[in-house]
Amino acid sequence: MNPRSEPLGGAPLLQVEHLTMRFGGLVAIGDVSFEATDRKITAIIGPNGAGKTTVFNCLTGFYKPTEGRLTLNHPHKGPFLLERMEGFTIPQKADVARTFQNVRLFPAMSVLENLIIAQHNVLMRASGYTLWGLLGLKRFRQAEAGSVDLCRYWLDRVGLLDRADDDAGNLAYGDQRRLEIARAMCIRPVLLCLDEPAAGLNPRESAELNQLLLAIRDEHKIGILLIEHDMSVVMGISDYIVVLDYGRKIAEGVPEAIRNDPTVIKAYLGEAEEDELPPEVAADLARERASQAEG
Amino acid sequence: MAAAAEHRLDPVAALKEAGLAGFVALMLAVPLAGLETVSAPGGLTINTRWDWVAIAVGSVFIGRLLLILWRERGRRRGGPTMDLGIAETLRTAMPILAAAGIAFAVLLPFLPFADRRVLDIGILVMTYIMLGWGLNIVVGLAGLLDLGYVAFYAVGAYSYALLAIHFDLSFWLCLPLAGALAAFFGYLLGFPVLRLRGDYLAIVTLGFGEIIRIILINWYDLTRGPDGISGIPRPSFFGLDFARSPPPDGHTFHTFFGLDFSPLHRIIFLYYLILVLALVTNAFTLRIRRLPVGRAWEALREDEIACRSLGINPRNTKLTAFTLGAMFAGFAGSFFATRQGFISPESFTFIESAIIVAIVVLGGMGSQIGVVVATLVLIAGPELIRELQEFRMLAFGGLMVMIMVWRPRGLLAFRDPTVRLHPPPRRRFGLGRGKAAETGAK
Repeated sequence: MNPRSEPLGGAPLLQVEHLTMRFGGLVAIGDVSFEATDRKITAIIGPNGAGKTTVFNCLTGFYKPTEGRLTLNHPHKGPFLLERMEGFTIPQKADVARTFQNVRLFPAMSVLENLIIAQHNVLMRASGYTLWGLLGLKRFRQAEAGSVDLCRYWLDRVGLLDRADDDAGNLAYGDQRRLEIARAMCIRPVLLCLDEPAAGLNPRESAELNQLLLAIRDEHKIGILLIEHDMSVVMGISDYIVVLDYGRKIAEGVPEAIRNDPTVIKAYLGEAEEDELPPEVAADLARERASQAEG
Repeated sequence: MAAAAEHRLDPVAALKEAGLAGFVALMLAVPLAGLETVSAPGGLTINTRWDWVAIAVGSVFIGRLLLILWRERGRRRGGPTMDLGIAETLRTAMPILAAAGIAFAVLLPFLPFADRRVLDIGILVMTYIMLGWGLNIVVGLAGLLDLGYVAFYAVGAYSYALLAIHFDLSFWLCLPLAGALAAFFGYLLGFPVLRLRGDYLAIVTLGFGEIIRIILINWYDLTRGPDGISGIPRPSFFGLDFARSPPPDGHTFHTFFGLDFSPLHRIIFLYYLILVLALVTNAFTLRIRRLPVGRAWEALREDEIACRSLGINPRNTKLTAFTLGAMFAGFAGSFFATRQGFISPESFTFIESAIIVAIVVLGGMGSQIGVVVATLVLIAGPELIRELQEFRMLAFGGLMVMIMVWRPRGLLAFRDPTVRLHPPPRRRFGLGRGKAAETGAK
């Protein structure tokens, strides 16, 4: 639906440089830098509390980063400095779409309406900021028919065409997840950020999701940034992986390299070696053991 | 079997429950109904009415028992299937109901029972319907609980009164001006409350309503404070007054049309005026719901964070809702001023805001026809049961409680999608539901 030309000058789609986010004394993300390439799926993984969602919230304007620079090199509109933009203008102007870890649909509105709202800005302009729309001009009706066509296309892609007029809140959980992805695609993004899209899906749904994401990458030629816990999804479809732990980047690379990286394995499985413990804890532990041996 | 035994009525527990309710009723009834002060020759004396207390306690006790029985029966029958059926029927019958309602409203002045009192109630009801429809934009669609709506009604009324008296402008010129002024105040209120939601928003809007009222009371030079403004010009029928005697070189309404003078003419004209204003409000709301801004209001009500992630500007969206909602209150306010001929801050107290919010909530948030039904219940109801005298408000309160028990989401709480991909299913005799079940199972 929205084929894109070759990226200009080969600059990465998204550049994150020295991103730091502090909440009071807590450092949620500390000096993280990575890049996401156009037409590639970049995954951010890491244990719970590693700061993955915080990265997303900084990218999409829900948080203002304490330090760092976030550059989006839009293939058509030129570079945007995301950290300086007001929240809602990031999807509006820089065409960055996102989904949420806990699905956020408009539950009392129909599936079709959920998708139409994603085209709000296009339709607002077509309706002359409500004025032409109130008068029922043809221009607005044509624009609306056009957006319904786009909705129909995405509903077909996620297999919800039959449910178009049902309330979004009545869909099954897996359907809601797919609808949220379709809704994000309806703003015609250049970068799609997915926050744990496979959470709560069964293996079959998860495999379907993989196919959908690969199709979005290849047919719509956009970059995808993915947070995921499900390793079958991450290893199956990612082109590049960034690993975070305690707000720091501990590794990055292609899936094969990450799979065998000792630091990553340690972060996920943990290590019980005493030299890893802080000195005073290790000393306490040693004293404890000694007293037990005596007794 | 086990489930049936579990749900069997336990007579001792039921009696205990009813007895407790009766006891509470006794405690309340003794001071409320049992004691009456009468002025006797030597001053006030207290008269006791133990028979009234007995009636109150007895009816509560028996009512509670019946309620327990009814509840048990409902549990055995199981499920809200009946309720769903009613909702579906209403949905299909909606266009017919709406058309019949409008036809009745148009014909009302010519019906045989339409005397002065009925028309006055009609005007009152239409005014509240219009206010309800206006507030429905803010509360029902955008989900912003506004407890100070009457402030905009007041702004509209005072705008009309002051403009008409000081600048001698006609009603039809003042109407848009009053609407614009009220809209401006709506815009002003919108700014400080942009970041607020729910309870906090309600408190601030409540405060705003009071601020406007207190300014009206204290700014004596402009508003004549608590004395109010009297002698507000009445609207004319395209320049024709509704006076008994025509001016020296002109006509009044009845001489122009060759009718006998009747004070009812003006009432009928006012009735049609508010009917047209209300229908315009309704048409506007129904139309704007299907436009991007209307959909954005509803989306904002559902999830503000998701809206921001889709590039919707929450600030502008909220401001338009407040501004447009206030504009309709301004129109209704200037109608109120011209109808009464006299306005004072007394007319714009918090209770008015509360009634309008109650209309919207009781009707079912966002439901246009729900507003009509709720207004009939809340405004026309108390007027029609004046025979009950001192028990009028008791009956009224009881009715509201019953509605909220029976339909907690409002009388007519359902919404139709603003745009459809498939034609609406034929919902006759379970056909539609069968199909829905089929797709659900797939």
